[in-house]
Amino acid sequence: MDIKSTAIAGTLESSDIQITISKGSNGVEIELDSDVKKQFGDQIEKVITETLNQFGLTDAKIKAVDKGALDCVVKARTLAAAQRATDTVDQPAWEVL
Amino acid sequence: MAETEERLRRTMMFVPGNNPAMVKDAGIYGADSIMFDLEDAVSMTEKDAARVLVYESLKTQDYGDAELVVRVNGQDTEYYHNDVIAMVKAGIDVIRLPKVESADMIKTLVKDVEAAEKQVGREVGSTHVMAAIESAKGVLNVAEIAAASNRMIGVALSAEDYTTDMKTHRYPDGAELEFSRNMVLHAARAAGIAAFDTVFTNMDDTDGFYRETRYIHQLGFDGKSLVNPRQIAMVNDVYQPTEKEIENAKNVINAIEEAKVKGSGVISMNGQMVDRPVVLRAQRVMMLAKASNLLDEEGNYIEK
Amino acid sequence: MKNSVNREIPDDLMKKYDYEGFKTTEIGNPEIQRVAPKVHVSTGDNKVVDSIKDVVKETVKDGMTISFHHHFRNGDFVFNEVMREVIDLGIKDLTLAPSSLTGVMNDMVIEAIKAGTITNITSSGMRGSLGDFVSHGGLKKPVIFRSHGNRARAIEHGDIKIDVAFLGVPNADKLGNANGMEGDAVFGSLGYALMDAQYADKVVLLTDNIKSYPNTPASIKQTQVDYVVKVDKVGDPDKIGSGATRFTKDPKELKIASTVNDVIVNSPYFKDGFSFQTGSGGAALAVTRYLRQAMIDNKIKASFALGGITKPTTDLLKEGLIDRIMDVQDFDKGAAESMHTNPKQQEIDASWYADPDNKGAMVDQLDVVILSALEIDTKFNVNVMSGSDGVIRGAIGGHQDAATGKLTIISAPLVRGRIATIVPDVTTVVTPGDSVDVLVTEYGIAINPKRQDLVKALSSLPGVPVYHIEDLQKMAEAKVGKPKPLEFTDRTVALIEYRDGSLIDAIREVKD
Repeated sequence: MDIKSTAIAGTLESSDIQITISKGSNGVEIELDSDVKKQFGDQIEKVITETLNQFGLTDAKIKAVDKGALDCVVKARTLAAAQRATDTVDQPAWEVL
Repeated sequence: MAETEERLRRTMMFVPGNNPAMVKDAGIYGADSIMFDLEDAVSMTEKDAARVLVYESLKTQDYGDAELVVRVNGQDTEYYHNDVIAMVKAGIDVIRLPKVESADMIKTLVKDVEAAEKQVGREVGSTHVMAAIESAKGVLNVAEIAAASNRMIGVALSAEDYTTDMKTHRYPDGAELEFSRNMVLHAARAAGIAAFDTVFTNMDDTDGFYRETRYIHQLGFDGKSLVNPRQIAMVNDVYQPTEKEIENAKNVINAIEEAKVKGSGVISMNGQMVDRPVVLRAQRVMMLAKASNLLDEEGNYIEK
Repeated sequence: MKNSVNREIPDDLMKKYDYEGFKTTEIGNPEIQRVAPKVHVSTGDNKVVDSIKDVVKETVKDGMTISFHHHFRNGDFVFNEVMREVIDLGIKDLTLAPSSLTGVMNDMVIEAIKAGTITNITSSGMRGSLGDFVSHGGLKKPVIFRSHGNRARAIEHGDIKIDVAFLGVPNADKLGNANGMEGDAVFGSLGYALMDAQYADKVVLLTDNIKSYPNTPASIKQTQVDYVVKVDKVGDPDKIGSGATRFTKDPKELKIASTVNDVIVNSPYFKDGFSFQTGSGGAALAVTRYLRQAMIDNKIKASFALGGITKPTTDLLKEGLIDRIMDVQDFDKGAAESMHTNPKQQEIDASWYADPDNKGAMVDQLDVVILSALEIDTKFNVNVMSGSDGVIRGAIGGHQDAATGKLTIISAPLVRGRIATIVPDVTTVVTPGDSVDVLVTEYGIAINPKRQDLVKALSSLPGVPVYHIEDLQKMAEAKVGKPKPLEFTDRTVALIEYRDGSLIDAIREVKD
C-alpha cells in the first residue's frame, strides 16, 4: 500500500485525536502532542503503529494531536486517515477494521 | 416480526456518529435503544471516518443492555453498501434505513445484509432491520414496508422530512402528523413490530415535549426517537404505569399462575374469564413497572 | 515513615519542621493555647497613605511572613501591585502565606521566587504555571498546603505568624472599617481575610473606595488596621466571579447530579432541619436545583447551608427553603449581593467555618456535603491537589474540613477524557478515605464499607446501581487502559497537612 497524498482524520474536540499522515521512508515516525503523553504516549504510538502495519503501511510520517482519545478512537482515526492517504476510502480494508 | 418476546423500546437516543465523546458515553443514560447516526448527523466529508469510529466503538465499548441501532446512509448514496457491511461486521443489533418508501427497499436491504453476514462470517438472520418513514409515499406504503421482512423490528416516523414533503412544517399541536402517526402505528401493530415516534428538538420546551410524549403514548407508540439524553427520563416518566395499573396487572399475573398450578387452561379472575389481550397488557405493564424501578425484588409496588 | 494512609513521609523533613504523621480524622478534646498579635498603639489619625511603596518599605523586612486573601480570585489587582514593590525594594527571604493563590498571581510569584524575595510558601493551593514551576523544583523549600480550616488553626497556634497582611477591600474608611459588600469590586464575605485582620502584627488595607467615617457594617474593624492605602482599582469586577455559576447542560454532569440528589434524599440525613454544603461548579449547581425540588416535594427545609456560596443557594434562602446561610466566601455577584441585603446570610471567618481546634466549628454541625475529586482511590482517599501527571494543579480549599460532615459525597465522573478518576492509589492523598462516605459517578455509586448503615439505606435505590469501589476502578481502567507509572525524583516539593496539622502526604518533584 502506498501513500498517495497527505491526509487528515479526526478533530481537535475533547476525546478525539487528529491524525495527519504523509509519506515517510523510515518506518512509522510519530510526532505526538498529548496532555496525557506521560501516562499514555507509548500506548497511543503503539496503537497507531500497529494499525498502520495491519493496514499495510510500514513507512509513514504521522502527526497526532490527541485530546484524550481512547484506543478505539485512536485506531479509528488512524484507519480513516490511512484510507484517505492511500485513496482507498471506497474500498475499506475489512480485515483491518 | 423479528422477535417473539417483546422488548421495551421507549427511548431511541440519537448519537452523532462522528463525535467520539458522545459515541463513547452513549451507554450511560439508560436508553432502551441507542441509534448511532451515520446519515444526517455526519457531513459528506466525514462519512468514512464516522463509519470507522462507530465500528471501533461497537467493537470495544460496553453499552450494557441497550439495543444497538445504526442509521446507515440511504440506498441512493455511495456510502450505503460500505455502511451496511461495516455495521454487520461490527455486530450491530439493528440497521435503520432512512427514507424508506417501498417494501422493495427493505427487501434490498435484507439481501445486502444477508450478503454482508455471509461475507463477514456472521450468523445469517442475526441482524435486524427497521425502516424510517419520511415521505408521503412512505406513509402510504408503510403497511407493506412493515411486513416486508421477518427481520423487521420496527418502523419510525421521521417528521422533519415528512412535513417538508407535505408542504407544511411542524406545529405545536401536531395536527399535521396525525395521519402519518396513525398509519405508522397501525402498520407496525398489524405486522407485530414496534412503532417509534419522531424526534422533538426544542430542548427548552419541556412542556411541549411532555405534551407530545403523552399524546403518542396514548395513541400506543412503543416510544420516541430522542435527540438528547436529558429526554430519556421524561419519556420514561410518561410510560411509567400507575400504582393501580400495576396492582391490576399483578392480579392478572397471579391468576395466570393459579391457572397453571391448577392445570386449568382457563384463566379467571374474580369469577370472570381473562382474555388474552388482558394478559398481554398485564405483562407489558409489569415489564414497564420493572423498567421504571417501581417494583421491589418480590415484585411489589414501591411506595414513592 | 509511613503514616496511617500508607504514605511515605520523608523523615528528615518531619524532623526539620517538627511534624507528626497523619493518624486519624478524630480531633479529640485537647487544650490549645492561642497566640495574639503585636499592637502598635495609635489613635488612628494617620492611617491613610497613597503609596504602596512607602508602606511596604515601612513594614516589610527580610525574613518576614506576609499574607494576602484570594477573595478577588482572578480579578485581583492588589497582590501584584504589592509584590511588585516588595521585589523592587530588594526584600529577601519572605514567607508567602496567602489564603490561596489564583492564576493571576502566578507570574509574580515565580518572579519573586527567582529573585529570592520569596523562599517559603504556604497556601490552600496553586494552579497553572506556578504549580508547574514548583512541581519541577522551582522553589527550594517545600510548599506547605493547608485547608482553609487548617490555615485558621495554624494562625491561631502561631504555626503561621503573619508579620504583615495586605488585604484588598472594595471599601474602607480612613481608620480601616471595611466590608466586602459595597463598591466596584465586591466579593461578599471576607471570611478568609478576617483571620489575617485578627492575627497579623501589621494589617494594611488597600482600597479604591474611601468611605466616610465610621463605615458600617464593618467586617474588618479599625481596631485591627494599621494602614489604609488608596489605590486606583483593587480588582476587575468581571473576573471576581468564579465563572462556574451557570447551570450545566452537560448530560453526564446532570446524570451525576441527579444521582447525588437521589443519595441525599434517600439518606437518613434528609429530614427537616438538615444542613448542607454543595460548593461551586456546574454539577454542584445542578445538585442544588434537584435538591430544591426534593425539598419542596417532601416539605423539608434546611437549617443552614455552609461554605462557598452561589446564587442558587441564596435563592433557596429567599424562598424560605433554607433558614440561614453561613457564608465564608461568595462565588458570584448574586451571592455577594444577597449577603448585603439578607440578614439571614451570616458572614463567618475561616475559624468559625472549619477550624478543628475550636469550641465547635460550623463543619462539625454539617449533615450533607458534596465535594469533587481529581482522583479517588479504592480506599476512598481523595486527591484534589495534583494532576494525574503528578503536577500540582489544585487546592485543598475546604475539602478536608467539610469532609467531616455526616454524609460526605464525592461526585466525580468515572473517567475524564483518557484519565481515570477512580484509581488504585491516588497520586496525592488530601482527604483521607475515613471521612468519605459515598462516591457518585455516572455509572453508579460506591459506598464506603465502613458505613454499613448507608449500604443498607442506599442499596436498593431505583436506577442507582451500587458497586464496590474496586469494580468502578476496574471499569475505569478497562476504558482508558493502564497508565504508565509516574516518575518522581527523591526531592520533596510540597507537604500536604491534614486539618489537624499532621502530615498526610508529600509531593515530589516530577521527572521529565
